[in-house]
Amino acid sequence: MDKEKVKQIVLDIIAEIAPDEDLTDVKPEVRLRDQLDLDSMDFLDIVMELRKQHGIEVPEAEYRQLESLDSSAEYLFPKFEAKAVA
Amino acid sequence: MNYFDERIVITGVGLTSPLGDDLFTLRENLLAGRSGVTRFPVRNMGELPAGVCEFETTRHQSRKQLRVGTRAGSIGIYCANEAFASAGIEPAEVDRSRIGVYVGITEHGNVETETEVCQLFDHYDEDVKFWTHHHNPRTVANNPAGEITVNLGLTGPHYTVGAACAAGNAGIIQGAQMLRLGECDLALAGGASESIRAYGIFAGFKSQGALAQHEDPTKASRPFDKNRNGIVVSEGGCLYVLERLSDAKARGAQILGEIAGYSLNSDGTDYVLPNPERQEECIRLALKKAKLTPADVDIVSTHATSTPQGDEQECSALRAVFGASEGTFVNNTKSFIGHAMGAAGTLELAGNLPSFGDGMVHATINVEELDPACALPGLVCDEAKETKGVEVILNNSFGMLGINSVLILKKFHN
Repeated sequence: MDKEKVKQIVLDIIAEIAPDEDLTDVKPEVRLRDQLDLDSMDFLDIVMELRKQHGIEVPEAEYRQLESLDSSAEYLFPKFEAKAVA
Repeated sequence: MNYFDERIVITGVGLTSPLGDDLFTLRENLLAGRSGVTRFPVRNMGELPAGVCEFETTRHQSRKQLRVGTRAGSIGIYCANEAFASAGIEPAEVDRSRIGVYVGITEHGNVETETEVCQLFDHYDEDVKFWTHHHNPRTVANNPAGEITVNLGLTGPHYTVGAACAAGNAGIIQGAQMLRLGECDLALAGGASESIRAYGIFAGFKSQGALAQHEDPTKASRPFDKNRNGIVVSEGGCLYVLERLSDAKARGAQILGEIAGYSLNSDGTDYVLPNPERQEECIRLALKKAKLTPADVDIVSTHATSTPQGDEQECSALRAVFGASEGTFVNNTKSFIGHAMGAAGTLELAGNLPSFGDGMVHATINVEELDPACALPGLVCDEAKETKGVEVILNNSFGMLGINSVLILKKFHN
């Protein structure tokens, strides 16, 4: 597991959540909402899929950590690492 | 301002059914005597006879809308867009605050709730933190009508009309009433159903002894046949564009038919069992409102669902009203497509609507041995019948808790 893998996991989830979006050129440093048609309900879906598919919990106060692929990788990587160790 | 004396006409129709996703295809299949019933996998129950729609879901809906919404919403959106196209109306070019959406439903929310509960039990150890936040917007009772307004950006009134299996007629009646009240200038009205996606619907009918069983699914829905044994559950939808005649004429619209009269009443007697006396009253009341006599009716589109008791009781009501009307033909669309629940009445009306143009009465199929208790004189079985012309269609739709609806259409004459 590395941060690039975490970004791919998030992108794979977004592909399910927003199937009409073209994800081939998503800029990792740019806010996802600024480059994709995602609303707050979609972010709830992303949180739910992280929970369902990977057992990762994102508390409501930390949702903003998922605003870009880079910030998602920074925030989620330790959680994936902790899961791997457990 | 009200328009109590305005004539209400049908200027467009959009539908999806187990026998096609447009009026022409549905009619062609009905006249050809083809069944649309197939085998369908139902959770916990194996494969059962059912009517399944195969419309192109993404023709009018993004994949995201499809993921977030419901099957009933998707059916409604398809029908609404097709209805507007049929009426020659581009929603973006009319006043969208003056369009009302009235969708009849037998039930709504069973599919979404059942699916979520099953997932929770099957995969998540009943932990409710895995329960979707989409559950409430998917299951609110206005869902199918609301999804249509979201899809098309309509801002007039919308709601569903919960009327059990009388709902298709009830949706159309509601639309006509709102046009006459001046609450809207154009009504999208009819019904929709996604019921085949909930095993509880099938299981409920089975426990009641009212679920059709037959080795050949195309023969499972057999109203009026001596060996009928229950309902074939189907999905589907059909919405009409309704307008006041003055508006329709002003824009030069095609007019497919005119609402001549309607009625709704209640049995007030039982949760499930129908009441032929109240059905008869409902039919007579609709005729009275339409200023027609039984002999004026060319086609009675029956509600009969292929249950032993229900079919016989409807025939009893029909015999009382139409016994002396030698020129009245009787048919049944459910024998082809099964029981589309909230869409049943509206789809069955669509199945007969082209009669105004082609003069044909589609048949009732699967009557291999006519039940003497259902042997109505004008019953059309096996093959479509050619007539000298159809001027009036009377459409029956009845539902649980004793709700009866009758809608009468007449051929439009200026």
